[in-house]
Amino acid sequence: MSRTGEQVPDAQTGAGPTPLPSERPERTPRAPYLLAAPALMLFVAIVLVPLLMTVLLTFHAWDQVKGIERVLVLKNWREVLTDSYFFEVFVRTFRIAALVTLLTALLGAPEAYILNRMRGPWRAIFLVVVLGPLLISVVARTLGWALLFGGNSGVVNQALMKLGILSGPLPFMFTETGMVVALTHVLMPYMVLSVWAALQRLDPQIENAATSLGASQATIVRRIVLPQVLPGILAGSIIVFALAASAFATPSIIGGRRLKVASTLAYDEFLNTLNWPLGAVVAVLLLVALALVIVASNRIVERRYAEVFR
Amino acid sequence: MSRNGPLALLFHTLFVVFMLAPIVVVCIVAFTPDTFLSFPTTRFSLRWFRAIAGYPEFISAFWRSVGLGALSSAIAIAFSVPAAIAVARFRFPGREAMMAFFQSPLMIPHVVMGIAFLRFFTEIGLSGSFVGLVISHVVLIFPFALRLTLASAVGMNPAIEQAAISLGARDMTVFRRITLPLVMPGVISGWALAFINSFDEVTMTVFIATPGTETLPVRMFAYIQDNIDPLVTSVSACVIAVTVVALVVLDRAYGLETLLVGRGKGDR
Repeated sequence: MSRTGEQVPDAQTGAGPTPLPSERPERTPRAPYLLAAPALMLFVAIVLVPLLMTVLLTFHAWDQVKGIERVLVLKNWREVLTDSYFFEVFVRTFRIAALVTLLTALLGAPEAYILNRMRGPWRAIFLVVVLGPLLISVVARTLGWALLFGGNSGVVNQALMKLGILSGPLPFMFTETGMVVALTHVLMPYMVLSVWAALQRLDPQIENAATSLGASQATIVRRIVLPQVLPGILAGSIIVFALAASAFATPSIIGGRRLKVASTLAYDEFLNTLNWPLGAVVAVLLLVALALVIVASNRIVERRYAEVFR
Repeated sequence: MSRNGPLALLFHTLFVVFMLAPIVVVCIVAFTPDTFLSFPTTRFSLRWFRAIAGYPEFISAFWRSVGLGALSSAIAIAFSVPAAIAVARFRFPGREAMMAFFQSPLMIPHVVMGIAFLRFFTEIGLSGSFVGLVISHVVLIFPFALRLTLASAVGMNPAIEQAAISLGARDMTVFRRITLPLVMPGVISGWALAFINSFDEVTMTVFIATPGTETLPVRMFAYIQDNIDPLVTSVSACVIAVTVVALVVLDRAYGLETLLVGRGKGDR
């Protein structure tokens, strides 16, 4: 083992001394800073600097002939904030994200509970089946939905009509409905994972105690399980919402060239219209809006469930 | 004690069908003998798998993705091991902020990262280069590398290292013979998880990849934008097959739960 890893200590020498007698946390040591320094410098150079450059870019002017002009103007921001087209795209983006979050919570939380109650090998097998898609290419998974929705009168429509759920075919391809279904599938593992993690912290004795006191299964789920896994559901919701609002490949493939969300709009401005400053405004706006939503909901979750998180 | 009722099992069955349907459909359509997309199909042929060979862009994009994933994961791991030891061993001012900073690529939309990298690389003259792809993938997959190296660094018993020191081992010897072997499981699983994430990354890469430096997901995405035909389903089926094999191996070796949740205390 140590043979194969011999390059790593070389990369390590730049990181300063190895943390040898380290069990004395009370005196603030230099070692952790030296150890983390390479990664920190990497992140400052490759994450922070490009992000700041992007923010700066939003204030540059752009002209079809002259390209990007390095001046400071508010024109791009004004354009995005006042034009109803951009407003409509952002509303659509967050409407889709909210629906996807709701669906993953309604379906993913019960599934995590059922998985957790399974026995022996089934539990492990279905955990892989449910979480595994997370690691399969998003493009391949979305292609699967495009095949199910479209083509020769869509398998999904045929199935739903045969089951009597639909009376006539519903358009999925190039619609928000299709985007919501596909994104729900793509992001479902995150919700199941989050609720699953919360369920693992649950003490089974509490459920047993409730049963021995004569509570019905429904009462146990409502009064014992749900309150305890709610933080997990909320944490999963935050992740799913953030990823749904910033999803790119799925909305792009299902939505086609017409139906835009914020990320595909930014992509268009960058690689088709070539108006980089305007595209940067859309991207930065998405980042800020998401950051606000995440910080606000984290605040609420942590305040309400401070004792659960610890 | 089968504790799930029939209703729960029905829900579970529908859920699993929902999760697997699009993946299975891609794999079935890939075997169609027709020149158009047909599902359901009854006849099977390998013609669209053979057709991949006649489309060199997919082949070269595949190898580029493999190289990019392997290289950027290795670099991310090399950066993450000392950082993981710092976070696992020490309590120091700024520790939480540092963790949040290292996790930030998970929370910043990849579209924003893509735009930021495109601007950055254009300014410093790295646009359209493989080096640019590697650098950007290193930071993007760093949280995954850190999560698993951290998990094994946290589980490490410092007494073993102290024993080595008291027996007279030098710093380098301790690191090479004690610390590194102990974090090795985290290094290997972290590398694998980082590799898979790099291999699948499309949203950020689509901004900085140029026709000469397209990765496989970017090529597939660009292809689907123009037309969806059985060729792209057979390519997808190959990608799915590779991922499923990797998944099963990783699950056997480490447990998928460990891989995806991590066990490190400092990790979120």
